[in-house]
Amino acid sequence: MTTLTEARHARAIERGLLGRLVDRVGGGLVQVALVLIAVFWLVPTLGLLVVSLRGEKENNSSGWWTLFTKPAQVTLENYGNLLASGFTSSFWNTVLITVPATLLVIGISAMAAYAFAWIEFPGRDAVFLVVIALLVVPIQIALIPIAKMYGALDIFGSIAGVVLFHVAFGLPFAIFLLRNFFVGIPRELLEAARMDGAPEWRIFATVVFPLAKPAIASLGIFQFLWVWNDLLVALVFADTANQPMTKALQSQMRQFGTNIDILAPGAFLSLIIPLALFFAFQRYFVQGLLAGSVK
Amino acid sequence: MTERLDGPQAPGGDELAAGASPGPAETEPDVARPPATDTNTDTSTDTDADTATDPTDTDTGTAIATDPRPGATGTATAPRPATGHTAATRLSPSPKIAVFFLLPALLLLAAWVIYPIIYSIFRSLFDAAGDRFVGLKNYAAIISDPSMLATLWHNAIWVAMAPLIVTVLGLIFAVMTERIRWATAFKLILFMPMAVSLLAAGVIFRLVYEQDPDKGVANAVITTVHDTFSSSQGYPGARPRENDQAPVVLKNGDVVTRQPVQPGQQVLIPLVGLKPDAVEKATPAKAAGAGGLSGTVWLDVVRGGGGTVNQIDGTEKGLAGITVEAVAGGQVKATTETAADGTFYFSGLSAGSYDVRLPQSNFEAAFNGITWLGPTLITLAIIGAYIWVWAGFAMVLIAAGLSAIPRDALEAARIDGATEWQVFRRITVPLLSPVLLVVFVTMVINVLKVFDLVFIIAPGSVQPQANVIALEMWRVSFGGGGNQGMGSALAIFLLVLVLPFMIFNIRRFRRDER
Repeated sequence: MTTLTEARHARAIERGLLGRLVDRVGGGLVQVALVLIAVFWLVPTLGLLVVSLRGEKENNSSGWWTLFTKPAQVTLENYGNLLASGFTSSFWNTVLITVPATLLVIGISAMAAYAFAWIEFPGRDAVFLVVIALLVVPIQIALIPIAKMYGALDIFGSIAGVVLFHVAFGLPFAIFLLRNFFVGIPRELLEAARMDGAPEWRIFATVVFPLAKPAIASLGIFQFLWVWNDLLVALVFADTANQPMTKALQSQMRQFGTNIDILAPGAFLSLIIPLALFFAFQRYFVQGLLAGSVK
Repeated sequence: MTERLDGPQAPGGDELAAGASPGPAETEPDVARPPATDTNTDTSTDTDADTATDPTDTDTGTAIATDPRPGATGTATAPRPATGHTAATRLSPSPKIAVFFLLPALLLLAAWVIYPIIYSIFRSLFDAAGDRFVGLKNYAAIISDPSMLATLWHNAIWVAMAPLIVTVLGLIFAVMTERIRWATAFKLILFMPMAVSLLAAGVIFRLVYEQDPDKGVANAVITTVHDTFSSSQGYPGARPRENDQAPVVLKNGDVVTRQPVQPGQQVLIPLVGLKPDAVEKATPAKAAGAGGLSGTVWLDVVRGGGGTVNQIDGTEKGLAGITVEAVAGGQVKATTETAADGTFYFSGLSAGSYDVRLPQSNFEAAFNGITWLGPTLITLAIIGAYIWVWAGFAMVLIAAGLSAIPRDALEAARIDGATEWQVFRRITVPLLSPVLLVVFVTMVINVLKVFDLVFIIAPGSVQPQANVIALEMWRVSFGGGGNQGMGSALAIFLLVLVLPFMIFNIRRFRRDER
């Protein structure tokens, strides 16, 4: 028994010395590989930024990377032209679509999740299974019927129509995420409130909702990013006056080469807010991802 | 990031979350975990420490994080509620109140999601205008029309390649980042594309894939690498003058001396057919020095006219990097290359007469990069962009699973003499398999619905070669096709494709709830 342990020890020490050497060399190689991968991942976005900062003539005659040898090329002209061209209105449309769509999803899904988690009612499990089933339904299924419906309701092309579409398709994921969080809230907290005779809506608003802040932050950031970055829904349901940035930019794609002085700064402006949000709340972003999913 | 992931992550995510809260994905300062020496195998301790300030302030992940075992199947979603059922029944509010809480959500889901599914099923059985019942004709067209079959084929390529590559890359990156101190920064960089709209990602990759190596960074890198290993500069269009005085002639694409030459002679090889601009920066040509068999290849044109034909005038440019062969009796006896001033020199040639030949390869167009956005490569190029967007997602999920693997299992195997590869293959990967499955399935669902990237990256002329179901659905019903019967059929087709994952989700959820 002892010899076996000793043999193990000897091997462990041997491996320790050799292993450390291998680790050093291997570790160095891993570092180099990871630096290269990181560069590989950064260069495309950097390219977009640099192209947006160069004049039309420079972009047509030389690669964006020449900016690093000739920094004098930097100009804000593209951004100036873009803002003068009315791009700001599509920026505001994006905000007007994204903010209500996010807030409504949070409110409506939190209420439903509360019912699924803490109110007993007949058929609860069956209804919740339907919600889970709806998680994977592709939005393509609703484009044609909802376009018809909006036509009948006379809201086709309006911001309200786009918002409602996003809310409806954001709900299954949101309900699922929040319900899973709510069931983890200690039962005693709710029961104490119920003993005190608090009505359900007040327990929801003053006990459960505040406790769920981290989950709501995760949900909020996903819903925000999903709606902000959406193209397909806007393409179908938003008319030109109400179009968000993604649709406005998409309409410039046909002449990609000649429109790059609009497309590059536009695309970059459209990703500044999501990126800022991502860096500010990445903790919640990652947690939401781990807890459920991404949209 | 515009696509929703949906999916089965629910329970799977829970498993991940187990190790996740303290994990490297977050940017808390303690992220630089000690590497393999870390003997702390009890992840739950970490979790508690992390959340100690407020037991409820742990977020979605937490409900779940109570179970730190990586392979734990289930229990995750509802760890606590089972206690005190009688009390709950007694205290539970009237079921009627549930209606108030559920009504807005159920109304929206019914009108915007469920009704459209039913409507689409019926609509798909009618023709373009919706007046005439056509039965299953739209579906028959999907599986018989050649362009539709091509579209399905593209989706098949997507499903076969993208999820696998994303999962494998995510696994490799996650394992690699375990060993470095700046893992958090690395993860943020790889994760960042997920916050960017797919439209912006599409614009970004249109720029990357630009054909002209002076504009597109992909071809710039590839041509630079290519030119480093192959010296041929390429002078397309360069040729001898077509008259009897020219000392060289064109023979089967090669440029060959008219008369045989002997060592000791200087060979003049004047060429025309290039714009002087093309060699503007070249060194002026020089006569070759005496000795051996030598000579000069130059562009026998003076800018603005003038100069003597077949003679090297002061300002005429030498052609550098041209391969020159000395041929005798049909065999190449020596090969050399012209210097910057166009001179070449053969050393050690035995006496005799030779033909000096400039092979055709000198006059072929220079390598100009890869046509990424052409018909053959377009789908692969777009998959490349997709991988750029999603690899970070896979990495973060897998890294969280990795941090939940008990360290002592790995250590024990190492002490028993297992190599790192064996540890990875026999212990890490099997323990990670639930996470890998979640990532893979999520990617399959996502890839089936891929729309934005294809729509944005594929130029109009090659859209048929890149078309996918989701894009065709939009195109045929809104993008000028005007056939909503066909559009509905395609939408239902897409729904049928994701149906197995719907069932997968429900089963998994029910198992976990039990």
